[in-house]
Amino acid sequence: MLAFILRRLLQSIAVLLTVGLVAFSLFRYVGDPINAMVGQDTSMEDREALREKLGLNDPAPIQFFHFIVNAAQGKFGLSYRTSEPVGRLIAERIPATLELSFCAAVFALFVGVPMGVYTGLYPRHWSSRLFQAVSLIGISLPTFLIGILLILVFAVWLRLLPSFGRGDTVMIGWWSTGFLTWSGLKALILPSITLGMFQLTLLMRLVRSEMLEVMRADYIKFARARGLTNRAINFGHALKNTLVPVITVTGLQLGALIAFAIVTETVFAWPGVGQLFIQSVQFSDVPVMAAYLLLIGLLFVLINLAVDLLYFVVDPRLRSQGGSARVAGH
Amino acid sequence: MATESNNPPLLDVRNLRVEFPTRRGTLVAVDDVSFDIAPGEVLGVVGESGAGKSLTGNAIIGLLEPPGRIAGGEIHLEGRRIDNLPYEEMRKIRGARIGAIFQDPLTSLNPLYSVGRQLVETIRTHLPLSAGEARTRALDLLKEVGIPGAESRLDHYPHQFSGGMRQRVVIALALCAGPRLIVADEPTTALDVSIQAQIIALLKRLCREHGTAVMLVTHDMGVIAETADRVAVMYAGRIAEIGPVRDVVKHARHPYTKGLMGSIPNLGVRTERLTQIDGAMPRLTEIPAGCAFNPRCAERGSRCLVERPDLMPAGADKAACWLHDRGGVGRPLAKETIDA
Repeated sequence: MLAFILRRLLQSIAVLLTVGLVAFSLFRYVGDPINAMVGQDTSMEDREALREKLGLNDPAPIQFFHFIVNAAQGKFGLSYRTSEPVGRLIAERIPATLELSFCAAVFALFVGVPMGVYTGLYPRHWSSRLFQAVSLIGISLPTFLIGILLILVFAVWLRLLPSFGRGDTVMIGWWSTGFLTWSGLKALILPSITLGMFQLTLLMRLVRSEMLEVMRADYIKFARARGLTNRAINFGHALKNTLVPVITVTGLQLGALIAFAIVTETVFAWPGVGQLFIQSVQFSDVPVMAAYLLLIGLLFVLINLAVDLLYFVVDPRLRSQGGSARVAGH
Repeated sequence: MATESNNPPLLDVRNLRVEFPTRRGTLVAVDDVSFDIAPGEVLGVVGESGAGKSLTGNAIIGLLEPPGRIAGGEIHLEGRRIDNLPYEEMRKIRGARIGAIFQDPLTSLNPLYSVGRQLVETIRTHLPLSAGEARTRALDLLKEVGIPGAESRLDHYPHQFSGGMRQRVVIALALCAGPRLIVADEPTTALDVSIQAQIIALLKRLCREHGTAVMLVTHDMGVIAETADRVAVMYAGRIAEIGPVRDVVKHARHPYTKGLMGSIPNLGVRTERLTQIDGAMPRLTEIPAGCAFNPRCAERGSRCLVERPDLMPAGADKAACWLHDRGGVGRPLAKETIDA
């Protein structure tokens, strides 16, 4: 078990170094930052001085080494666009994105899983068919369209919810939260639904098909023959056996929620890292782009690590094999 | 511990009929099946695949898979009618009064829970015991079914047991709330031959000690001959012959049973070739008129083509065959020629 965690950690570091290399190569291949930073009439000497000051003339391996060492300390240099430290820019923006992703994930999990269980248990019931039909819409409509439709209905026609921004936020240390104000909570609703809709339908369909499969299993029939209550069978025996694939997908989707909040943040003018990333791309603000890449890479790696550890909690068959095998039977 | 026949039966199945509605009409998978089981008695039910023996077992425990349903007849357990109980009422009987054992011990246990947890869960569903008491009972059961080192094995997971050991756990699970009847559906088919005898001996011993009756569904005549007190032979959804196991094995009365017995190899006797019954059991959609066995029967007569025989006394048994009726089979006919 411990060996497994250590091996996973080493793999994670390798993955992060690779992401770091990609992020670093952005500096060398995405335009010339000097052109973006200085005006048209800056002299060649001034440009060269700035280049030297920013360390852009060092050999590539040395630059990469500096980059990694600094990144490990959370230092990503100055933004080309605003000349502020990138770390601070991201720290200002990340709470918005994480709160949005968290709400979207909670929405997807707490609506998607029960809907999946229900449609799996009663596949022929009319409400299951309705859920199925609705989920088809959810899975086939693009995110931005869902967002715009929600804005049209709830912000423009009904005037119930705000169409953009985070509302009022409260600072807790460096973390700005929208959870503590009424307008902050109201502002979270539409973007969370928009962002979570796809994951919700994905989870619902996954749980449904897994439940259908598991309910046919012999141990479910035997559990019935033992006279266990429906509640114990459906939730204790059946749902738990669907968890390994559900955890896998939820983990991956959580990463995807954070990474692909970009579209939702753009639609709702949500001041998160996704929006920051879009602005940085338009401006070739390479330090911000690189830091964003590394941040998303780090989140993915952490989530995957958590998922791997959860497998052990759920499935005893993995524990006894000393962690040498991944989930092969699923 | 087989009880005399004047005692009320533990299980009484009367004219049971199981149907499967399909798009092309209703299939009758179990047709007019009647039998009873006395307290502590072992009734073997044999027949080919599709003869309706497993469905009869599932109908008794109330777990027919839809769209299959009981379309007629009655099932009584300890004098109480159970075939028309609401699901929740029947659930309380399953496990508590009727235990069940299925074919494949490898898949009967939930892989994610320790065997101890599954035992305790079942015990506490049916008996008013504390968690500690239930655990003690679970431990006793594991010892009783012959699992070595039961104390340490209680917290092990199913994948840490061999097939034979898992079937022992399954038996412990079926017995854990002290049922009066166990429906064992092919309990040894999935096991190694060397393990089969052990499991059958264990099942037999436990049921004798607990006074539990068994309905033993199998296609293995050898297991029946060794274990059962009485045997019911099923063919195409009906009982062809039923009687004490000794009589059925030694003096089969129904031509189908005779054929079955002839197809069992006998180590004591030197035989050139085992007898076989030509042809195959008809599909549910193509059951012939008259006696369902008639196309394959060497002793059939004209009556067998038109009139369906019910069970009638035949020696010490009952057989569903006109051979044992005073009217006989009618004009003798040759067996149908069966294309290879």
